[in-house]
Amino acid sequence: MEQKTIPLSRVPEGCAARVVRLLTTGEMRRRLQDIGLIQGTKVECLQKSPAGDPVAYYIRGAVIALRSEDSDHIMVQYA
Amino acid sequence: MGLTARSTGKGAMDRSLTVERGGDLRVVALAGNPNVGKSTVFNQLTGMRQHTGNWPGKTVTNAQGRYRRGGQEYLLVDLPGAYSLLAHSAEEEVARDFICFEEPDAVVVVCDATCLERNLNLALQTLEITSRVVLCVNLLDEAGKKEIRIDLPHLSQRLGVPVVGTSARGNQGLEQLTGAVERVCRGRPDRKPLHMRYPEAVERALGLLVPVLEPLNLKKLPARWVAVKLLSEDTQLIASIDAYLKFPLRTHPEVRDALEEAQRHLADEGVTPEKFRDMVAASAVLLAEDLCLDTVSYQKAGCHDRDRALDRLLTSRMTGIPVMLLLLAFVFWLTIAGANLPSRLLSDLLFRGQSALADALSWMGAPPWLNGMLVDGVYRTLVWVVSVMLPPMAIFFPLFTLLEDSGYLPRIAFNLDKSFQRCRACGKQALTMCMGFGCNAVGITGARIIDSPRERLIAIITNNFVPCNGRFPTLISIITMFFIGTASGLGASLLSTLLLTGVILFGVLMTFVVSSALSKTILKGVPSSFTLELPPYRRPQIVQVIVRSIFDRTLFVLGRAVAVAAPAGLLIWCMANLAVGGQSLLSLCSGLLDPFARLLGLDGVILMAFILGFPANEIVVPVMLMAYLSTGSLTEINDLAQLKLLLAGQGWTWLTAVCTMLFSLLHWPCSTSCMTIYKETHSLRWTLISFAVPTMIGMVVCGLVAGFARLFALA
Repeated sequence: MEQKTIPLSRVPEGCAARVVRLLTTGEMRRRLQDIGLIQGTKVECLQKSPAGDPVAYYIRGAVIALRSEDSDHIMVQYA
Repeated sequence: MGLTARSTGKGAMDRSLTVERGGDLRVVALAGNPNVGKSTVFNQLTGMRQHTGNWPGKTVTNAQGRYRRGGQEYLLVDLPGAYSLLAHSAEEEVARDFICFEEPDAVVVVCDATCLERNLNLALQTLEITSRVVLCVNLLDEAGKKEIRIDLPHLSQRLGVPVVGTSARGNQGLEQLTGAVERVCRGRPDRKPLHMRYPEAVERALGLLVPVLEPLNLKKLPARWVAVKLLSEDTQLIASIDAYLKFPLRTHPEVRDALEEAQRHLADEGVTPEKFRDMVAASAVLLAEDLCLDTVSYQKAGCHDRDRALDRLLTSRMTGIPVMLLLLAFVFWLTIAGANLPSRLLSDLLFRGQSALADALSWMGAPPWLNGMLVDGVYRTLVWVVSVMLPPMAIFFPLFTLLEDSGYLPRIAFNLDKSFQRCRACGKQALTMCMGFGCNAVGITGARIIDSPRERLIAIITNNFVPCNGRFPTLISIITMFFIGTASGLGASLLSTLLLTGVILFGVLMTFVVSSALSKTILKGVPSSFTLELPPYRRPQIVQVIVRSIFDRTLFVLGRAVAVAAPAGLLIWCMANLAVGGQSLLSLCSGLLDPFARLLGLDGVILMAFILGFPANEIVVPVMLMAYLSTGSLTEINDLAQLKLLLAGQGWTWLTAVCTMLFSLLHWPCSTSCMTIYKETHSLRWTLISFAVPTMIGMVVCGLVAGFARLFALA
């Protein structure tokens, strides 16, 4: 069965998912790849900031905060 | 907040990084992701005191230092932190260009053992450029605490370069590190370095291009790496490569043909340049993943539980902001409460010195004018600066450094990012503001951590709304005199803290307002994307922090203040004692400024003190007092109660106090800041704007407050 693909921004706190594809281009795409976000990378949503945005994610051993307008463009599937 | 002689000194602002090579000096570059302890390794090896802190982007200036081993001298270059050599920000470009084009004899890639996988990405990219690499797996002690085990020999086996485990803070493993560097410099590679394998389509395209590049004189650049860059169409980097090789690579006939063929080949396989870059980036990430699966083992399931729990307290919706405000207030309270007594003792002591000095001078037969100039002019101003500045600084700096060391500062950026986003600015601006508490010039240089030039300019222009250490004592002493009274005790210091926190928050509010206004006017644009790393919390090294912050920061800042205060004191004394037309120069000047200053709720003397305080804000209050004393009847002032009497005698009301505080918060940046802005923006226009914006705002705000208060006859 085909798994549902959702943006990373919709993954709730405490849940993990795998990257299916990046919809961003250019600078941000490079930046995300630099921190190890490529197809297949497991990302865990750790915690929202006080205002709900940005959100902290656990990515390849590091905690990285992303703004929702960026995580909107990272498509994931629940592992 | 790397506030040291070097970071605010002349050489600190240079953008590009070059080194002086001489004799058989060996150049060793220190590269690594941000916040992996590069500066600590640097300090330990060179014995220098590059400022360290636990947040990414702390080292934005480049440090160079020397060490000796086995009769050989090494020049160690601390590169700015970089996640990759693909270069997105000014700092990353500096790091990349140094590794690519400055031909270092060895590159030490420092990695964080607790986050090796992400860090290896940079190491693998570096290995593509040079095989003279030593991998330094730092923070092994932290990894040990989290029970993360790394098989270093096996990692070295696979990478084909020396791998050394270190705990630089504990000075462990550095001997082995310099040994490995020595071996690499001597050009005796342990093994054949690992080379990245790309997907078939990429490899085939490289197969077409590399043989054409190899016969060319590429200096130290490997043909394979150059081929990858050509096919990635990284225009900016290719331009740098051209400049380095001194010939345009892409127009070289053979290269051009091979490049076109390779590109056609890729296009046939459906590989666009974007996809090509993806494949290259993914190869390094996947290889790093594979290396870690092979060499890293996690013994404990919840090794990050403590960090998560702290984050829940420090950054959650319910507690994040309140805890942040409490921490801020607590730091202020400790500063105010702790500085009170030493301040009084110091001024008692130093003022006693004043009469002794005066006696000594007249005993030596100094004429009264010289006596007045040196004692009432220079010495008294110095005493004021030292006794008012030193105690709060000696308390605030270490406290702040502790916060910095622990890893809390990036959490402030995390908490506040949404607000910055609404102002179309970058959350990392919060970090530059934190640096501004120490010194605005450092905050301005620190704005380099912001990638987008537009957002960086916003951070630079608004940095002055954070009162630096030169302005803190002014705020504290005015609050104490006019709003608390001189009664000591817990209640008084808590109330002072509350007021000071209020003033600071007002500055933060102005930062948001002005950032937002700039984003809608002269710096129009939408917020750029951003990634912010929240590093693991580390236990600060308390003793070292205290020693370092006192010696490196406090004494340095104090020294600068004193250097400015002495001539300023002299100038004021001369102005007070030189008469033109029966009126002293001082009263003439302040009289001239007075009508305008009154509009702002100040008086001529206060405004003049701010103007004379342009070289250093620390001297504003001392200059003000000197000016008042030269006309008033009081000659000796050694506590705030007497001081308040003096000020009240000069017509100060609560409104004057409020407006002086507001103006202190909102006025032109000091001369050092202005110079730094110019160096950072390379633009007179932005420097002038950075000067004008806070000045105008200060005048408007003070004018409104004064006008409002007078209108309703509140003062």
